Amino acid sequence: MGTGNFETTIGLEVHVEMQTNSKLLSPSPVHYGDEPNENTNVIDFGYPGVLPVANKGALEYGMRVALALHATVSPFIRWDRKNYFYPDNPKAYQTTQSQTPIGTNGYLDVTLEDGTVKRVRIKEMHVEEDAGKNTHGSDGYSYVDLNRQGTPLIEIVSEPDIASPEEAYAYLEQLRQAVLFTGVSEAKMQEGQMRADVNISIRPYGSDTFGTKVEMKNINSFNYVRNALIFEEKRQAEVLRAGGEIRQETRRYDEPTKSTILMRVKEGADDYRYFPEPDLSPVVIDQTWIDEVAASLPKSAGDRRNHYVNDLGIEPYDAEVLTQTLAMANFYDDTIAAGADPKRAANYLIGDVNAYMNKHQVELQDTELTPEHLAGMVKLIEDGTISTKQAKQVFEAIMTGEEPETFAKAHGLVQLSDPDVLLAWITEVLDNNPQSIEDFKGGKDRATGYLIGQLMKMSKGQANPSVLNKLLLAELNKR
Amino acid sequence: MAETTITRDEVAHVAGLAKLAFNDAELDQFTTQLSDILNIFDTLSEVGTDNVDPTYSVTETVNHLRDDVADNWGQKQELLDNAPLAAAGLIKVPAILDGEGE
Repeated sequence: MGTGNFETTIGLEVHVEMQTNSKLLSPSPVHYGDEPNENTNVIDFGYPGVLPVANKGALEYGMRVALALHATVSPFIRWDRKNYFYPDNPKAYQTTQSQTPIGTNGYLDVTLEDGTVKRVRIKEMHVEEDAGKNTHGSDGYSYVDLNRQGTPLIEIVSEPDIASPEEAYAYLEQLRQAVLFTGVSEAKMQEGQMRADVNISIRPYGSDTFGTKVEMKNINSFNYVRNALIFEEKRQAEVLRAGGEIRQETRRYDEPTKSTILMRVKEGADDYRYFPEPDLSPVVIDQTWIDEVAASLPKSAGDRRNHYVNDLGIEPYDAEVLTQTLAMANFYDDTIAAGADPKRAANYLIGDVNAYMNKHQVELQDTELTPEHLAGMVKLIEDGTISTKQAKQVFEAIMTGEEPETFAKAHGLVQLSDPDVLLAWITEVLDNNPQSIEDFKGGKDRATGYLIGQLMKMSKGQANPSVLNKLLLAELNKR
Repeated sequence: MAETTITRDEVAHVAGLAKLAFNDAELDQFTTQLSDILNIFDTLSEVGTDNVDPTYSVTETVNHLRDDVADNWGQKQELLDNAPLAAAGLIKVPAILDGEGE
Protein backbone atom coordinates (compact mmCIF):
# COMPACT_ATOMS: atom_id res chain seq x y z
CA MET A 1 0.00 0.00 0.00
CA GLY A 2 2.94 2.32 0.48
CA THR A 3 1.47 4.23 3.40
CA GLY A 4 3.60 2.79 6.16
CA ASN A 5 1.81 2.82 9.47
CA PHE A 6 -1.58 3.95 8.23
CA GLU A 7 -4.65 2.10 7.16
CA THR A 8 -6.94 3.41 4.46
CA THR A 9 -10.73 3.75 4.49
CA ILE A 10 -12.55 4.34 1.22
CA GLY A 11 -16.24 4.83 0.51
CA LEU A 12 -17.74 5.09 -2.97
CA GLU A 13 -20.93 6.64 -4.24
CA VAL A 14 -21.59 5.41 -7.73
CA HIS A 15 -24.11 6.96 -10.10
CA VAL A 16 -25.35 4.91 -13.04
CA GLU A 17 -27.62 6.31 -15.75
CA MET A 18 -30.58 4.08 -16.53
CA GLN A 19 -31.45 3.17 -20.10
CA THR A 20 -35.12 4.01 -19.70
CA ASN A 21 -37.11 5.30 -22.67
CA SER A 22 -38.09 8.49 -20.89
CA LYS A 23 -36.85 10.69 -18.08
CA LEU A 24 -37.61 10.29 -14.38
CA LEU A 25 -40.21 13.06 -14.15
CA SER A 26 -40.94 13.98 -17.75
CA PRO A 27 -41.72 11.92 -20.86
CA SER A 28 -38.81 13.48 -22.81
CA PRO A 29 -36.70 10.78 -24.49
CA VAL A 30 -33.52 9.56 -22.81
CA HIS A 31 -31.09 9.41 -25.69
CA TYR A 32 -27.38 10.13 -25.86
CA GLY A 33 -25.78 12.12 -28.65
CA ASP A 34 -28.77 14.09 -29.97
CA GLU A 35 -28.69 17.79 -30.87
CA PRO A 36 -28.42 20.02 -27.77
CA ASN A 37 -31.71 20.53 -25.89
CA GLU A 38 -33.56 18.37 -28.43
CA ASN A 39 -34.96 16.11 -25.70
CA THR A 40 -36.29 18.76 -23.34
CA ASN A 41 -39.64 20.16 -22.35
CA VAL A 42 -41.06 22.57 -19.79
CA ILE A 43 -40.59 20.02 -16.99
CA ASP A 44 -36.89 19.52 -17.77
CA PHE A 45 -36.45 23.31 -17.92
CA GLY A 46 -37.96 23.59 -14.43
CA TYR A 47 -40.90 25.76 -15.37
CA PRO A 48 -43.40 26.47 -12.60
CA GLY A 49 -46.68 24.59 -12.44
CA VAL A 50 -45.68 21.69 -14.69
CA LEU A 51 -47.09 18.78 -12.61
CA PRO A 52 -44.42 16.09 -13.07
CA VAL A 53 -45.33 12.39 -12.76
CA ALA A 54 -42.68 9.83 -11.82
CA ASN A 55 -41.62 7.11 -14.25
CA LYS A 56 -42.72 3.64 -13.11
CA GLY A 57 -40.03 2.05 -15.27
CA ALA A 58 -37.28 3.98 -13.50
CA LEU A 59 -38.56 2.82 -10.11
CA GLU A 60 -38.65 -0.77 -11.30
CA TYR A 61 -35.09 -0.46 -12.65
CA GLY A 62 -34.10 0.86 -9.22
CA MET A 63 -35.75 -2.18 -7.66
CA ARG A 64 -33.83 -4.45 -10.03
CA VAL A 65 -30.49 -3.00 -8.91
CA ALA A 66 -31.55 -3.22 -5.26
CA LEU A 67 -32.47 -6.89 -5.71
CA ALA A 68 -29.27 -7.69 -7.63
CA LEU A 69 -27.25 -6.19 -4.77
CA HIS A 70 -29.14 -8.21 -2.14
CA ALA A 71 -30.72 -5.09 -0.65
CA THR A 72 -34.07 -4.69 1.04
CA VAL A 73 -36.54 -2.87 -1.19
CA SER A 74 -38.29 -0.13 0.75
CA PRO A 75 -42.03 -0.72 1.13
CA PHE A 76 -42.68 3.03 1.08
CA ILE A 77 -40.96 5.75 -0.88
CA ARG A 78 -41.46 9.44 -0.89
CA TRP A 79 -39.36 11.86 -2.83
CA ASP A 80 -37.19 14.64 -1.46
CA ARG A 81 -35.81 17.85 -2.84
CA LYS A 82 -32.08 18.45 -2.55
CA ASN A 83 -31.58 22.16 -3.06
CA TYR A 84 -28.61 23.72 -4.79
CA PHE A 85 -27.95 26.26 -7.52
CA TYR A 86 -26.19 25.32 -10.71
CA PRO A 87 -27.14 26.08 -14.30
CA ASP A 88 -27.17 22.41 -15.34
CA ASN A 89 -30.17 21.96 -13.03
CA PRO A 90 -32.67 24.74 -13.72
CA LYS A 91 -35.11 23.61 -11.02
CA ALA A 92 -32.46 24.54 -8.40
CA TYR A 93 -33.13 21.21 -6.71
CA GLN A 94 -32.58 17.58 -7.51
CA THR A 95 -35.44 15.15 -6.95
CA THR A 96 -34.01 12.26 -4.93
CA GLN A 97 -34.84 9.95 -2.03
CA SER A 98 -32.89 10.99 1.02
CA GLN A 99 -35.17 9.58 3.72
CA THR A 100 -36.65 6.54 1.96
CA PRO A 101 -34.00 5.01 -0.31
CA ILE A 102 -35.35 2.42 -2.76
CA GLY A 103 -32.87 -0.14 -1.37
CA THR A 104 -30.99 -0.51 1.90
CA ASN A 105 -28.50 -2.94 3.44
CA GLY A 106 -27.17 -4.64 0.35
CA TYR A 107 -23.76 -6.00 -0.46
CA LEU A 108 -21.44 -6.94 -3.29
CA ASP A 109 -18.99 -9.83 -2.98
CA VAL A 110 -15.84 -8.59 -4.70
CA THR A 111 -13.22 -11.04 -5.94
CA LEU A 112 -9.81 -9.49 -5.37
CA GLU A 113 -6.70 -10.07 -7.44
CA ASP A 114 -5.38 -12.78 -5.09
CA GLY A 115 -8.65 -14.68 -5.43
CA THR A 116 -10.02 -13.84 -2.00
CA VAL A 117 -13.57 -12.58 -1.81
CA LYS A 118 -14.33 -9.40 0.08
CA ARG A 119 -17.85 -8.41 0.96
CA VAL A 120 -18.45 -4.68 0.51
CA ARG A 121 -21.64 -3.61 2.25
CA ILE A 122 -23.94 -1.25 0.40
CA LYS A 123 -25.63 1.20 2.67
CA GLU A 124 -28.37 2.44 0.39
CA MET A 125 -29.53 3.09 -3.15
CA HIS A 126 -31.50 6.05 -4.46
CA VAL A 127 -33.42 6.65 -7.64
CA GLU A 128 -32.78 10.26 -8.60
CA GLU A 129 -32.29 12.68 -11.48
CA ASP A 130 -29.15 13.39 -13.48
CA ALA A 131 -28.27 17.01 -14.32
CA GLY A 132 -27.64 18.59 -17.73
CA LYS A 133 -24.23 19.32 -19.22
CA ASN A 134 -22.21 22.53 -19.13
CA THR A 135 -19.61 23.48 -21.66
CA HIS A 136 -17.29 26.30 -20.68
CA GLY A 137 -16.60 28.73 -23.48
CA SER A 138 -13.56 30.98 -23.79
CA ASP A 139 -15.85 33.97 -24.31
CA GLY A 140 -16.88 34.51 -20.70
CA TYR A 141 -19.96 32.32 -21.05
CA SER A 142 -20.90 28.78 -20.28
CA TYR A 143 -23.27 26.79 -22.47
CA VAL A 144 -25.95 24.46 -21.13
CA ASP A 145 -27.47 21.39 -22.78
CA LEU A 146 -30.38 19.97 -20.80
CA ASN A 147 -30.81 16.73 -22.78
CA ARG A 148 -29.40 14.76 -19.87
CA GLN A 149 -31.34 16.74 -17.26
CA GLY A 150 -33.83 14.39 -15.59
CA THR A 151 -32.30 11.14 -16.87
CA PRO A 152 -32.97 8.55 -14.15
CA LEU A 153 -29.95 7.58 -12.08
CA ILE A 154 -29.42 4.85 -9.58
CA GLU A 155 -27.04 6.01 -6.87
CA ILE A 156 -25.26 3.20 -5.02
CA VAL A 157 -23.66 4.21 -1.72
CA SER A 158 -21.14 1.80 -0.21
CA GLU A 159 -20.19 1.54 3.43
CA PRO A 160 -16.55 2.55 4.02
CA ASP A 161 -15.47 -1.10 3.69
CA ILE A 162 -12.88 -0.58 0.99
CA ALA A 163 -9.29 -0.65 2.24
CA SER A 164 -7.12 0.13 -0.79
CA PRO A 165 -7.16 1.71 -4.25
CA GLU A 166 -6.95 -1.80 -5.76
CA GLU A 167 -10.04 -2.89 -3.83
CA ALA A 168 -11.84 0.23 -5.01
CA TYR A 169 -10.97 -0.65 -8.60
CA ALA A 170 -12.15 -4.25 -8.20
CA TYR A 171 -15.36 -3.09 -6.53
CA LEU A 172 -16.13 -0.65 -9.35
CA GLU A 173 -15.47 -3.22 -12.07
CA GLN A 174 -17.61 -5.86 -10.42
CA LEU A 175 -20.34 -3.40 -9.48
CA ARG A 176 -20.45 -2.34 -13.12
CA GLN A 177 -20.89 -5.94 -14.18
CA ALA A 178 -23.60 -6.53 -11.58
CA VAL A 179 -25.53 -3.49 -12.84
CA LEU A 180 -24.90 -4.46 -16.46
CA PHE A 181 -26.55 -7.82 -15.86
CA THR A 182 -29.69 -6.22 -14.43
CA GLY A 183 -30.29 -4.79 -17.90
CA VAL A 184 -30.78 -1.37 -16.31
CA SER A 185 -27.79 0.31 -17.97
CA GLU A 186 -25.01 -0.38 -20.42
CA ALA A 187 -22.85 1.65 -18.02
CA LYS A 188 -20.73 3.00 -20.88
CA MET A 189 -17.84 4.80 -19.24
CA GLN A 190 -16.97 6.86 -22.32
CA GLU A 191 -20.51 8.28 -22.38
CA GLY A 192 -20.38 9.12 -18.68
CA GLN A 193 -23.10 6.60 -17.86
CA MET A 194 -21.24 5.52 -14.72
CA ARG A 195 -19.47 7.99 -12.43
CA ALA A 196 -18.01 7.69 -8.97
CA ASP A 197 -17.80 10.06 -6.02
CA VAL A 198 -14.95 8.92 -3.84
CA ASN A 199 -14.09 9.63 -0.24
CA ILE A 200 -10.88 8.53 1.44
CA SER A 201 -9.32 8.90 4.86
CA ILE A 202 -6.36 7.29 6.57
CA ARG A 203 -5.66 6.62 10.24
CA PRO A 204 -2.85 5.04 12.23
CA TYR A 205 -3.22 1.26 12.53
CA GLY A 206 -5.17 0.40 15.63
CA SER A 207 -6.86 3.77 15.91
CA ASP A 208 -10.58 3.44 16.61
CA THR A 209 -11.63 6.72 15.01
CA PHE A 210 -11.63 7.44 11.30
CA GLY A 211 -9.38 10.14 9.89
CA THR A 212 -10.78 13.23 8.17
CA LYS A 213 -12.40 12.43 4.81
CA VAL A 214 -11.32 14.00 1.55
CA GLU A 215 -13.85 13.90 -1.29
CA MET A 216 -13.49 13.68 -5.05
CA LYS A 217 -16.54 13.92 -7.26
CA ASN A 218 -17.71 12.67 -10.62
CA ILE A 219 -14.75 10.57 -11.75
CA ASN A 220 -15.78 8.64 -14.86
CA SER A 221 -12.86 6.22 -15.22
CA PHE A 222 -11.97 3.37 -12.87
CA ASN A 223 -8.28 3.96 -13.59
CA TYR A 224 -8.59 7.60 -12.58
CA VAL A 225 -10.31 6.54 -9.36
CA ARG A 226 -7.44 4.17 -8.59
CA ASN A 227 -4.76 6.74 -9.45
CA ALA A 228 -6.50 9.47 -7.45
CA LEU A 229 -6.74 7.18 -4.42
CA ILE A 230 -3.09 6.10 -4.70
CA PHE A 231 -2.05 9.76 -4.75
CA GLU A 232 -4.35 10.71 -1.85
CA GLU A 233 -3.13 7.83 0.33
CA LYS A 234 0.42 9.06 -0.09
CA ARG A 235 -0.38 12.74 0.25
CA GLN A 236 -2.38 12.29 3.44
CA ALA A 237 0.31 10.04 4.98
CA GLU A 238 2.97 12.67 4.22
CA VAL A 239 0.88 15.42 5.79
CA LEU A 240 0.31 13.36 8.93
CA ARG A 241 3.94 12.26 9.19
CA ALA A 242 5.04 15.88 8.97
CA GLY A 243 2.78 16.60 11.93
CA GLY A 244 0.10 18.30 9.83
CA GLU A 245 -3.65 17.88 9.82
CA ILE A 246 -5.93 16.66 7.04
CA ARG A 247 -8.58 19.22 6.20
CA GLN A 248 -12.05 18.26 5.11
CA GLU A 249 -11.87 19.26 1.48
CA THR A 250 -13.03 18.52 -2.01
CA ARG A 251 -10.28 17.75 -4.48
CA ARG A 252 -10.23 16.86 -8.12
CA TYR A 253 -8.14 14.31 -10.02
CA ASP A 254 -5.74 15.67 -12.62
CA GLU A 255 -4.81 12.95 -15.11
CA PRO A 256 -1.74 14.58 -16.74
CA THR A 257 0.05 14.80 -13.38
CA LYS A 258 -1.75 11.79 -11.84
CA SER A 259 -2.30 13.91 -8.76
CA THR A 260 -5.23 15.49 -6.95
CA ILE A 261 -5.78 19.22 -6.77
CA LEU A 262 -7.57 21.16 -4.05
CA MET A 263 -10.88 22.64 -5.15
CA ARG A 264 -12.39 23.89 -1.93
CA VAL A 265 -12.09 23.43 1.79
CA LYS A 266 -15.36 22.41 3.38
CA GLU A 267 -16.51 24.29 6.42
CA GLY A 268 -19.16 22.17 8.04
CA ALA A 269 -21.37 19.69 6.27
CA ASP A 270 -23.04 20.49 2.96
CA ASP A 271 -26.39 22.11 3.54
CA TYR A 272 -28.87 21.01 0.91
CA ARG A 273 -32.01 21.82 2.95
CA TYR A 274 -33.70 18.54 2.00
CA PHE A 275 -37.45 18.62 2.28
CA PRO A 276 -40.30 16.36 1.16
CA GLU A 277 -41.29 16.81 -2.48
CA PRO A 278 -44.89 18.03 -2.50
CA ASP A 279 -45.52 17.58 -6.25
CA LEU A 280 -45.09 13.81 -6.43
CA SER A 281 -47.22 11.12 -4.86
CA PRO A 282 -45.57 8.69 -2.46
CA VAL A 283 -45.04 5.14 -3.69
CA VAL A 284 -46.09 1.99 -1.88
CA ILE A 285 -44.21 -1.14 -2.96
CA ASP A 286 -45.82 -4.44 -1.97
CA GLN A 287 -44.35 -7.93 -2.18
CA THR A 288 -46.32 -8.77 -5.33
CA TRP A 289 -44.68 -5.90 -7.16
CA ILE A 290 -41.23 -6.86 -5.86
CA ASP A 291 -41.82 -10.47 -7.00
CA GLU A 292 -42.80 -9.26 -10.46
CA VAL A 293 -39.62 -7.22 -10.77
CA ALA A 294 -37.52 -10.10 -9.39
CA ALA A 295 -38.99 -12.36 -12.08
CA SER A 296 -37.89 -9.89 -14.79
CA LEU A 297 -34.32 -9.70 -13.45
CA PRO A 298 -31.84 -11.32 -15.86
CA LYS A 299 -29.57 -14.05 -14.46
CA SER A 300 -26.37 -12.63 -12.97
CA ALA A 301 -22.97 -12.92 -14.63
CA GLY A 302 -21.70 -15.13 -11.79
CA ASP A 303 -24.60 -17.59 -12.09
CA ARG A 304 -24.09 -17.76 -15.83
CA ARG A 305 -20.34 -18.39 -15.47
CA ASN A 306 -20.98 -21.24 -13.03
CA HIS A 307 -23.45 -22.77 -15.46
CA TYR A 308 -21.06 -22.44 -18.41
CA VAL A 309 -18.13 -23.98 -16.54
CA ASN A 310 -19.94 -26.68 -14.56
CA ASP A 311 -22.67 -27.74 -16.97
CA LEU A 312 -21.35 -26.85 -20.42
CA GLY A 313 -17.65 -27.61 -19.92
CA ILE A 314 -16.48 -24.11 -20.87
CA GLU A 315 -13.04 -22.97 -19.65
CA PRO A 316 -13.27 -20.40 -16.80
CA TYR A 317 -11.41 -17.79 -18.83
CA ASP A 318 -13.79 -18.24 -21.78
CA ALA A 319 -16.79 -18.02 -19.43
CA GLU A 320 -15.35 -14.72 -18.21
CA VAL A 321 -15.16 -13.37 -21.77
CA LEU A 322 -18.71 -14.53 -22.57
CA THR A 323 -20.03 -12.57 -19.58
CA GLN A 324 -18.30 -9.27 -20.35
CA THR A 325 -21.58 -7.84 -21.54
CA LEU A 326 -25.20 -8.83 -21.04
CA ALA A 327 -25.71 -8.74 -24.82
CA MET A 328 -22.91 -11.30 -25.36
CA ALA A 329 -24.11 -13.58 -22.56
CA ASN A 330 -27.71 -13.47 -23.79
CA PHE A 331 -26.54 -14.14 -27.32
CA TYR A 332 -24.54 -17.14 -26.16
CA ASP A 333 -27.47 -18.53 -24.17
CA ASP A 334 -29.77 -18.13 -27.18
CA THR A 335 -27.21 -19.83 -29.45
CA ILE A 336 -27.05 -22.82 -27.12
CA ALA A 337 -30.85 -22.87 -26.86
CA ALA A 338 -30.94 -23.01 -30.69
CA GLY A 339 -29.02 -26.29 -30.48
CA ALA A 340 -25.37 -25.30 -31.00
CA ASP A 341 -22.48 -27.25 -29.49
CA PRO A 342 -21.53 -25.10 -26.43
CA LYS A 343 -17.76 -25.22 -26.91
CA ARG A 344 -17.76 -24.52 -30.62
CA ALA A 345 -20.31 -21.72 -30.20
CA ALA A 346 -18.18 -20.20 -27.41
CA ASN A 347 -15.07 -20.37 -29.58
CA TYR A 348 -16.80 -18.57 -32.44
CA LEU A 349 -18.18 -15.82 -30.20
CA ILE A 350 -14.91 -15.26 -28.36
CA GLY A 351 -12.76 -15.54 -31.48
CA ASP A 352 -14.30 -14.68 -34.83
CA VAL A 353 -17.30 -12.67 -33.65
CA ASN A 354 -15.25 -10.53 -31.24
CA ALA A 355 -12.63 -9.98 -33.94
CA TYR A 356 -15.38 -8.92 -36.34
CA MET A 357 -16.81 -6.48 -33.79
CA ASN A 358 -13.37 -4.98 -33.13
CA LYS A 359 -12.54 -4.72 -36.81
CA HIS A 360 -15.83 -3.01 -37.71
CA GLN A 361 -16.15 -1.12 -34.41
CA VAL A 362 -19.69 -2.35 -33.81
CA GLU A 363 -21.59 -3.85 -30.90
CA LEU A 364 -22.98 -7.35 -31.18
CA GLN A 365 -26.55 -6.06 -31.41
CA ASP A 366 -25.56 -3.83 -34.34
CA THR A 367 -24.47 -6.78 -36.49
CA GLU A 368 -26.80 -8.88 -38.63
CA LEU A 369 -25.75 -12.04 -36.81
CA THR A 370 -28.51 -13.96 -35.03
CA PRO A 371 -28.15 -16.78 -32.49
CA GLU A 372 -30.11 -19.04 -34.85
CA HIS A 373 -27.69 -18.45 -37.72
CA LEU A 374 -24.61 -18.99 -35.55
CA ALA A 375 -26.17 -22.17 -34.17
CA GLY A 376 -27.04 -23.22 -37.73
CA MET A 377 -23.45 -22.84 -38.87
CA VAL A 378 -22.08 -24.66 -35.82
CA LYS A 379 -24.48 -27.52 -36.53
CA LEU A 380 -23.33 -27.70 -40.16
CA ILE A 381 -19.75 -28.08 -38.92
CA GLU A 382 -20.65 -30.58 -36.22
CA ASP A 383 -22.52 -32.91 -38.58
CA GLY A 384 -19.76 -32.72 -41.19
CA THR A 385 -21.84 -30.88 -43.80
CA ILE A 386 -19.16 -28.18 -44.08
CA SER A 387 -15.49 -28.18 -43.11
CA THR A 388 -14.08 -25.62 -40.70
CA LYS A 389 -12.30 -24.17 -43.72
CA GLN A 390 -15.58 -23.79 -45.61
CA ALA A 391 -17.07 -22.34 -42.44
CA LYS A 392 -14.87 -19.26 -42.89
CA GLN A 393 -16.93 -18.20 -45.90
CA VAL A 394 -20.18 -19.16 -44.20
CA PHE A 395 -19.15 -17.06 -41.20
CA GLU A 396 -18.65 -13.97 -43.35
CA ALA A 397 -22.09 -14.59 -44.80
CA ILE A 398 -23.96 -15.02 -41.51
CA MET A 399 -22.36 -11.81 -40.22
CA THR A 400 -24.27 -10.05 -43.00
CA GLY A 401 -27.54 -11.78 -42.20
CA GLU A 402 -27.47 -14.81 -44.53
CA GLU A 403 -29.00 -18.12 -43.50
CA PRO A 404 -26.03 -20.52 -43.18
CA GLU A 405 -27.44 -23.66 -44.83
CA THR A 406 -28.97 -21.78 -47.75
CA PHE A 407 -25.71 -19.87 -48.27
CA ALA A 408 -23.54 -23.02 -48.06
CA LYS A 409 -25.70 -24.83 -50.61
CA ALA A 410 -25.89 -21.88 -52.98
CA HIS A 411 -22.10 -21.54 -52.96
CA GLY A 412 -21.28 -25.23 -53.19
CA LEU A 413 -19.80 -25.15 -49.70
CA VAL A 414 -20.97 -28.60 -48.83
CA GLN A 415 -18.70 -31.45 -47.89
CA LEU A 416 -19.20 -34.68 -49.77
CA SER A 417 -19.61 -37.47 -47.26
CA ASP A 418 -21.67 -39.88 -49.36
CA PRO A 419 -19.65 -43.17 -49.34
CA ASP A 420 -21.05 -44.29 -52.71
CA VAL A 421 -19.74 -41.18 -54.49
CA LEU A 422 -16.45 -41.21 -52.61
CA LEU A 423 -15.89 -44.95 -53.19
CA ALA A 424 -16.37 -44.56 -56.93
CA TRP A 425 -13.62 -41.91 -56.97
CA ILE A 426 -11.36 -44.00 -54.74
CA THR A 427 -11.67 -46.99 -57.04
CA GLU A 428 -10.85 -44.83 -60.04
CA VAL A 429 -7.81 -43.23 -58.37
CA LEU A 430 -6.47 -46.55 -57.08
CA ASP A 431 -6.88 -48.17 -60.51
CA ASN A 432 -4.91 -45.33 -62.06
CA ASN A 433 -2.13 -45.36 -59.45
CA PRO A 434 -0.87 -48.94 -58.94
CA GLN A 435 2.54 -47.57 -57.88
CA SER A 436 0.98 -45.76 -54.90
CA ILE A 437 -0.64 -48.99 -53.76
CA GLU A 438 2.78 -50.68 -53.92
CA ASP A 439 4.31 -47.78 -51.95
CA PHE A 440 1.58 -48.03 -49.32
CA LYS A 441 2.14 -51.79 -48.93
CA GLY A 442 5.86 -51.05 -48.66
CA GLY A 443 5.17 -48.80 -45.67
CA LYS A 444 5.42 -45.40 -47.31
CA ASP A 445 2.94 -43.14 -45.55
CA ARG A 446 3.39 -40.44 -48.14
CA ALA A 447 1.52 -42.59 -50.62
CA THR A 448 -1.83 -41.96 -48.95
CA GLY A 449 -1.14 -38.23 -48.90
CA TYR A 450 -0.65 -38.27 -52.66
CA LEU A 451 -3.85 -40.27 -53.17
CA ILE A 452 -5.88 -37.97 -50.91
CA GLY A 453 -4.56 -35.04 -52.89
CA GLN A 454 -5.78 -36.62 -56.13
CA LEU A 455 -9.19 -37.33 -54.58
CA MET A 456 -9.60 -33.81 -53.22
CA LYS A 457 -8.83 -32.51 -56.69
CA MET A 458 -11.52 -34.78 -58.17
CA SER A 459 -14.05 -33.57 -55.57
CA LYS A 460 -13.07 -29.92 -56.15
CA GLY A 461 -12.16 -29.73 -52.47
CA GLN A 462 -15.58 -30.76 -51.29
CA ALA A 463 -14.86 -34.27 -50.02
CA ASN A 464 -15.11 -34.66 -46.26
CA PRO A 465 -11.45 -35.36 -45.41
CA SER A 466 -12.04 -37.62 -42.44
CA VAL A 467 -14.64 -39.80 -44.21
CA LEU A 468 -12.43 -39.89 -47.29
CA ASN A 469 -9.38 -40.94 -45.29
CA LYS A 470 -11.24 -43.75 -43.55
CA LEU A 471 -12.67 -45.13 -46.81
CA LEU A 472 -9.33 -44.89 -48.61
CA LEU A 473 -7.44 -46.81 -45.91
CA ALA A 474 -10.11 -49.54 -45.94
CA GLU A 475 -9.87 -49.85 -49.74
CA LEU A 476 -6.05 -49.90 -49.70
CA ASN A 477 -6.04 -52.67 -47.16
CA LYS A 478 -8.42 -54.67 -49.34
CA ARG A 479 -6.05 -54.60 -52.30
CA MET B 1 -44.25 28.77 25.44
CA ALA B 2 -40.59 28.87 24.45
CA GLU B 3 -39.91 31.39 21.75
CA THR B 4 -38.09 30.21 18.64
CA THR B 5 -35.24 32.51 17.81
CA ILE B 6 -33.05 32.75 14.78
CA THR B 7 -29.55 34.14 15.06
CA ARG B 8 -27.93 36.68 12.82
CA ASP B 9 -25.38 34.01 11.76
CA GLU B 10 -28.18 31.65 10.73
CA VAL B 11 -29.74 34.36 8.62
CA ALA B 12 -26.38 35.04 6.97
CA HIS B 13 -25.94 31.30 6.35
CA VAL B 14 -29.39 30.90 4.76
CA ALA B 15 -28.80 34.01 2.67
CA GLY B 16 -25.52 32.48 1.47
CA LEU B 17 -27.30 29.25 0.48
CA ALA B 18 -29.82 31.32 -1.47
CA LYS B 19 -26.94 33.21 -3.14
CA LEU B 20 -28.10 36.48 -1.59
CA ALA B 21 -25.73 39.13 -0.19
CA PHE B 22 -27.03 41.39 2.61
CA ASN B 23 -25.38 44.34 4.31
CA ASP B 24 -25.32 44.67 8.10
CA ALA B 25 -28.50 46.73 8.32
CA GLU B 26 -30.37 44.23 6.15
CA LEU B 27 -29.10 41.32 8.22
CA ASP B 28 -30.39 42.94 11.40
CA GLN B 29 -33.72 43.69 9.80
CA PHE B 30 -34.20 40.15 8.45
CA THR B 31 -33.13 38.58 11.73
CA THR B 32 -35.89 40.49 13.53
CA GLN B 33 -38.47 39.81 10.84
CA LEU B 34 -37.70 36.11 10.52
CA SER B 35 -37.80 35.72 14.31
CA ASP B 36 -41.24 37.33 14.36
CA ILE B 37 -42.48 34.98 11.63
CA LEU B 38 -41.12 31.92 13.45
CA ASN B 39 -42.82 33.10 16.61
CA ILE B 40 -46.16 33.08 14.84
CA PHE B 41 -45.52 29.48 13.79
CA ASP B 42 -44.79 28.65 17.41
CA THR B 43 -48.56 28.76 17.92
CA LEU B 44 -48.64 25.42 16.09
CA SER B 45 -46.48 23.75 18.70
CA GLU B 46 -49.24 24.27 21.23
CA VAL B 47 -51.07 21.38 19.53
CA GLY B 48 -50.04 17.96 20.76
CA THR B 49 -48.68 15.94 17.79
CA ASP B 50 -46.99 13.03 19.58
CA ASN B 51 -49.25 10.45 17.93
CA VAL B 52 -49.55 12.10 14.52
CA ASP B 53 -47.52 10.92 11.53
CA PRO B 54 -45.77 13.63 9.56
CA THR B 55 -47.69 14.83 6.51
CA TYR B 56 -45.61 14.54 3.38
CA SER B 57 -48.39 15.00 0.90
CA VAL B 58 -51.75 16.69 1.22
CA THR B 59 -53.50 14.25 -1.11
CA GLU B 60 -54.18 10.64 -0.19
CA THR B 61 -52.96 9.51 -3.59
CA VAL B 62 -50.17 6.93 -3.78
CA ASN B 63 -48.52 5.29 -6.79
CA HIS B 64 -49.57 7.94 -9.25
CA LEU B 65 -46.98 6.86 -11.81
CA ARG B 66 -46.39 7.08 -15.54
CA ASP B 67 -45.44 4.17 -17.83
CA ASP B 68 -41.96 4.47 -19.30
CA VAL B 69 -42.97 5.75 -22.71
CA ALA B 70 -41.01 8.52 -24.43
CA ASP B 71 -42.89 11.49 -25.85
CA ASN B 72 -40.96 14.47 -27.18
CA TRP B 73 -43.16 17.53 -26.82
CA GLY B 74 -41.03 19.42 -29.37
CA GLN B 75 -40.65 22.50 -27.19
CA LYS B 76 -36.93 23.08 -27.77
CA GLN B 77 -37.19 26.27 -29.82
CA GLU B 78 -39.88 27.88 -27.65
CA LEU B 79 -37.83 27.14 -24.53
CA LEU B 80 -34.64 28.55 -26.05
CA ASP B 81 -36.54 31.64 -27.24
CA ASN B 82 -37.62 32.17 -23.67
CA ALA B 83 -34.09 31.85 -22.25
CA PRO B 84 -32.26 35.15 -21.57
CA LEU B 85 -29.49 34.10 -23.97
CA ALA B 86 -29.06 31.17 -26.32
CA ALA B 87 -26.62 30.16 -29.03
CA ALA B 88 -26.31 27.11 -31.29
CA GLY B 89 -29.15 25.35 -29.52
CA LEU B 90 -27.53 25.87 -26.12
CA ILE B 91 -28.56 28.05 -23.22
CA LYS B 92 -25.94 30.75 -22.72
CA VAL B 93 -25.18 31.60 -19.09
CA PRO B 94 -22.52 33.67 -17.29
CA ALA B 95 -19.29 31.67 -17.03
CA ILE B 96 -19.38 28.93 -14.40
CA LEU B 97 -16.25 28.19 -12.46
CA ASP B 98 -15.20 24.55 -12.32
CA GLY B 99 -15.94 22.83 -9.09
CA GLU B 100 -19.23 24.39 -8.18
CA GLY B 101 -22.46 22.48 -8.38
CA GLU B 102 -22.91 18.80 -7.94
